[in-house]
Amino acid sequence: MTRDEIMLEINPALARKILTGFIQSETTRAGFDRAIVGLSGGVDSSLACTLAAEALGPENVMAVRMPYTTSSADSLEHAGLVIEKTGVQATTLAISDAVDVLLNGIPEDQKVRRGNIMARMRMIVLYDQSADFRGLVIGTGNKTEMLLGYTTQFGDAASAINPLGDLYKTQVRQLAVEMGIPEVILEKPPSADLWIGQTDEGELGFTYEEVDKLLYLLVDRRHSPDDCVDAGFDRKFVETVVELVRRNHFKRVMPPIAKLSNRTIGYDFLYMRDWGT
Amino acid sequence: MIRLAVAQIDTVLGNVDANLEKHLSRIDEAVQEKADLVIFPELSLTGYALQDLTSAVARPASAEDPTFKVLLEASRSVDILAGFVQLDSRNRFYNSAAYLSRGEFLHVHQKAYLPTYGLFDESRFFAWGDVIRAFDTPLGRLGVLICEDFWHASPPYLLWLDGADLLLFMSASPGRGLDTQEALESARWVEHVAQAYASLFTTFVTNVGRVGFEDGLGFWGGSVVFDPHGELVARGPYHEESLFVAELDPQQLHRARTRLPLLRDERTELVQRELKRIRHTRMPGPRGLGTLSE
Repeated sequence: MTRDEIMLEINPALARKILTGFIQSETTRAGFDRAIVGLSGGVDSSLACTLAAEALGPENVMAVRMPYTTSSADSLEHAGLVIEKTGVQATTLAISDAVDVLLNGIPEDQKVRRGNIMARMRMIVLYDQSADFRGLVIGTGNKTEMLLGYTTQFGDAASAINPLGDLYKTQVRQLAVEMGIPEVILEKPPSADLWIGQTDEGELGFTYEEVDKLLYLLVDRRHSPDDCVDAGFDRKFVETVVELVRRNHFKRVMPPIAKLSNRTIGYDFLYMRDWGT
Repeated sequence: MIRLAVAQIDTVLGNVDANLEKHLSRIDEAVQEKADLVIFPELSLTGYALQDLTSAVARPASAEDPTFKVLLEASRSVDILAGFVQLDSRNRFYNSAAYLSRGEFLHVHQKAYLPTYGLFDESRFFAWGDVIRAFDTPLGRLGVLICEDFWHASPPYLLWLDGADLLLFMSASPGRGLDTQEALESARWVEHVAQAYASLFTTFVTNVGRVGFEDGLGFWGGSVVFDPHGELVARGPYHEESLFVAELDPQQLHRARTRLPLLRDERTELVQRELKRIRHTRMPGPRGLGTLSE
């Protein structure tokens, strides 16, 4: 399979059916019938919010907008379009004051550190809203960002269930089109919006279209890095991505527990989370 | 005519009583539909990804067992095929299926091929079944296989030769392989395989799948019934519970095998001779799984 032959097209109607079923099943079995979604106005969270609304009913979904001082005005407005379209409940809780307390003394150029504080502050807000609204926090992370580690651990990566984690970013877009996510959201460059002018592709140094194809070959099709070079990918690019996937694995698994007893959580104490339901 | 009711259900993971209740309600429906037989998916009484729940939900295939006591009673109205974790007298656990009819166990099949690769981990928790047999019922001679069993060509082949004219496959298949097609890749594979056996063996083949979720694993349903010409008789919906009845006309076996006498012409002596040679020269070792001698 060469680079140009790789197709990431999905049947979005089938994905929609499975993912709404998943949200419905996993929310109710956890003892909830409501959900919380942090809504940034980007494609991923707009899609997660729309799926949750379809699965649980819009009245059972709370969209939380959490702007910071430097957040783009478009983000708030685009989130508003999704709230209006889906009819979900909504609240806006600015994180600026809480974040600024922590940012005090952190130099402007330490962008990752500052961005992580914002991402984790949003997590705190969502989990607090979860307790208040009695809703599960729906994750918005996609397969591309999880594999590349382009997430903040215990920040945007934190959730109770994750419907989008097995869709590459380019596949998320296809499903977003199917679900009627507003054009203006689909067309803007993806951004974590943690600082002015930030874009995912600018920060990563490659496009989602390119990296999704490579990840598909490496992960889904189990090709070796050398195979990928033969398929037409630049060797340096392949090596960079392979290393990102390896180095960020810690973000995808629970922290290792030092085994001492005969039965240890994670190793030989094995149950699905749906145990008994 | 055989009226076959296919009960494509969701299950509660590790709660046998809740699953038994659902079985009884589907059995009632099947009786109202005047079905002769109602079939349930793999591990229908327990749920699939049991892991450390395996030993807790295991029970003997015995009329004394409270769950089977109820099911055996129900089997006086309609034959029943259900999946469960079987506890044997030596405390081994099997991924099993019980065929119940008129208050009796007619057959228990222990899954003989336990997938332990990719997302599957069955042989970590289950013991290997070691017998593939057809069995007689009031509806004729049947054969039962559980999921991975029918991914190997030999078990359906053996059942065919052993006289089964209706192959009952039971699955709990986690959906995977989303592409542009109408059904998941995993659904298409199973359908192809079931249809191929119906065509090659000029026999009735049915696969009953389950639906619902266990954590992120979504089961796709899509139960199918094929006739001895390899034609689709009935299909359940994808990803939704359903009970549907397929009418199987035994005369179709007569017509299919007149047209295509594959069973008549099957050369078992040749197969046995060559298998023996292959077994000794190419696939030695305890389970015939040894390294190639060449």
